[in-house]
Amino acid sequence: MNIFERMMSLDRRWVFLFVALVCVATYIVPFEIPVRVDDEVRSIFEFIDTLRPGQIVFVAIDYDPNALAELHPMTYAIMEHCFRKNLKVIVTALSQNGPGMAEQAIRDIADSVRLDREYGGVKYTGREIVRGEDYTFLGYKPYYALVILGMGQDFRIPFPTDYYGVTLDSIPMMRGVHNYAQVAVVVDLSAGNITDAWIAYGQGRFGFPLALGLTGVMGADYYPYLNSGQVFGIMAGLYGAAQYEQLADNPGRAKDGMRVQVYAHLVIILFIIMGNVGYFMSRRKRAGAAR
Amino acid sequence: MRRQIPLALVMIFGIFMIFQYFVPHESSEWVYEFLLDWIYIIGIFALALGIWSLIRVSVEKIHSRKSGWGYPIITLAGLFLMILFGFIGRRDGVWGLYFMTAEGLSNPMFRHFFDYILIPIQSTMFALLAFFIASAAYRAFRARNILASLLLIAALIVMLRFNPYMGPIGPYVADTASWLLNVPNLAAKRAIIIGIGLGIVATALKVILGIERGYMGKG
Repeated sequence: MNIFERMMSLDRRWVFLFVALVCVATYIVPFEIPVRVDDEVRSIFEFIDTLRPGQIVFVAIDYDPNALAELHPMTYAIMEHCFRKNLKVIVTALSQNGPGMAEQAIRDIADSVRLDREYGGVKYTGREIVRGEDYTFLGYKPYYALVILGMGQDFRIPFPTDYYGVTLDSIPMMRGVHNYAQVAVVVDLSAGNITDAWIAYGQGRFGFPLALGLTGVMGADYYPYLNSGQVFGIMAGLYGAAQYEQLADNPGRAKDGMRVQVYAHLVIILFIIMGNVGYFMSRRKRAGAAR
Repeated sequence: MRRQIPLALVMIFGIFMIFQYFVPHESSEWVYEFLLDWIYIIGIFALALGIWSLIRVSVEKIHSRKSGWGYPIITLAGLFLMILFGFIGRRDGVWGLYFMTAEGLSNPMFRHFFDYILIPIQSTMFALLAFFIASAAYRAFRARNILASLLLIAALIVMLRFNPYMGPIGPYVADTASWLLNVPNLAAKRAIIIGIGLGIVATALKVILGIERGYMGKG
């Protein structure tokens, strides 16, 4: 076996080893990856940033722990942005393991918002996030399409109580809040088909402004909806989350993760190039031998 | 009658749901909400069936000592422990069993099982994909013909679009990647979406009109 054939048929364990080494090394060594902000992410940030204090943002945490690496940073960045701007947040989790993800995110974000911070040159005083006043977590209900349709009539139809069993009518921030008409924007953070339901049954029927946070592989599938105006913004994958963090001047998990992702992609690209060089050279050699 | 009644029900409710969409009257909304409730009720039966099926299959495997019979023990333990933790909670400082209220959500074991077992397991499984994707990309992305070359080039451009080490060609790579997503990708996806949409309408009409009867089984 010559060198080119070796380049083509490298044992996959070598690939695993190189990817692992690069991931660990770039995770350990702290440095920053510059992030270029796309219009589709900027539009989400600017929409939320220009809302008035007290307006309601609806955040749908529709993912399970397997999409945590990509979507949790979006949840953290958006919800912290909302709380710092004194916006109210309604949270749902329409995937089976979503409630645990939402609870974890709310706990961590509440810890962060307690601290005094400065974002984009603006100083924000730390404050306590109060359940029922700053946010309401409605929880999980099966049959997401029906839940989305039901909430269009009244949040109380699928969710007579919040996740903790408190009736919605007794929650201060839910007084006078009945359906999407009282919500400024819906942000769906999803790793599956629930996004289709939000577009078709939610935005299509009730006409609220809808923004999407998706896993990287899903991103390309939803660009048609961006172009048609059915969604006004898309954050795709860790890169989308890093862009939001950049805009919010709140570097976190996504910007950290970008180091690993950029270098892991470079390793993959190098392996692809190596395989193709080996392929072309072996083919050329075989053609030469045949002549 | 065994066939006619289900067909008639599907036709009546199917046609009702189509017209209801265009009738914003209070009574129409009431019937619509009533029907949504029915779907939840049916779903609860499906959930019970699912749990029963899981228990039966797991017990059979354990009983017959089939290969991997230890795994169903973990499955059943997880199922029952989470249910148990979900019902045990503390109200006014007193621990107890609460079946109708949400005290169980504050049970530390309920949270710990999720935070420290389920999240790491699922995240790890997904993280392993990076290695398999790297290996698969290395083996499969070969420029064997024009179409494969186009796929390869498009994939490389999209992967490189957020790479900060591209020097002066960086903005061009990013713009090309945006063009790929917004033009060829958009055209293809839109065609697929329209095709799927028309297919859904055609299938729904076939079900409502009783032409497609697969949902009734062999009956």
